[in-house]
Amino acid sequence: MENFTPFTALIGGSLIGLGALILFVFSGRIAGISGIAGAALFSREGRSWRLAFVAGIIAGPLLVGAVISDFSYSTPQLNWQVIVAGLLVGIGTGWGSGCTSGHGICGISRLSPRSITATVLFMFSGMLVATLLH
Amino acid sequence: MPIIIAFIAGLLMSAGIAYSQMIDPNKVLGFLTLNANWDPSLVLVMAAALAVYSTGYWLFVKKDKPLFAEHFSLPGKKDLDKPLVIGSLLFGAGWGLVGYCPGPALAAISSGSSGTLAFIAAMVAGWFISRKLPI
Repeated sequence: MENFTPFTALIGGSLIGLGALILFVFSGRIAGISGIAGAALFSREGRSWRLAFVAGIIAGPLLVGAVISDFSYSTPQLNWQVIVAGLLVGIGTGWGSGCTSGHGICGISRLSPRSITATVLFMFSGMLVATLLH
Repeated sequence: MPIIIAFIAGLLMSAGIAYSQMIDPNKVLGFLTLNANWDPSLVLVMAAALAVYSTGYWLFVKKDKPLFAEHFSLPGKKDLDKPLVIGSLLFGAGWGLVGYCPGPALAAISSGSSGTLAFIAAMVAGWFISRKLPI
């Protein structure tokens, strides 16, 4: 477990929870990133606040980079896997009505049976595919 | 006001994704890949996010309405249907293939990485397909 980073994980996770909580307390909305970004692109109703949320998502790492001088992260190579993975993630979160944020954090917190089921399933298939391939 | 709130919410979530390194697909694959170098960091990211969100949620949901909106907008579906099960399994498969879920992929857009941009383009196409072909 030499790669384990408990402190940044706990602080970062708290920020994720806080951001999602702000959207709920002020706007009464569930902070599901796939649902909000998808509706921002393909639904006219409520587009402005959804685009603002996506703008915040895009700006977050720039803020972290401005505060922490040695902040960097890796990105995937352009190959067929990223295309297949992107399609699976898009279709899957579309049909499944959510991703790690909407189901995994907001839905589990609300004790939603649908979100608990979804999270168990995507954790299972995610670990299965990653462990077989990597 | 809803626009400023939404921007701040997205900004904080994404700052958390970046600071916890969940923006890095290799970090996420370190959790999803079960081997001798297994990295449990993602468990703590979720645990902290759940602790903060669930505490606030259960304290606040008892109120009549949110601070800046007329009513809460919560998902109404209750049944464990076929789209939920198949969709979640497919999503996990894509997540395990590259290590990206929607938040970290969108957060990494400013990297300008061709792999990230291609993933996002394919994900957006997937969202479009899921809307046109409901199961």
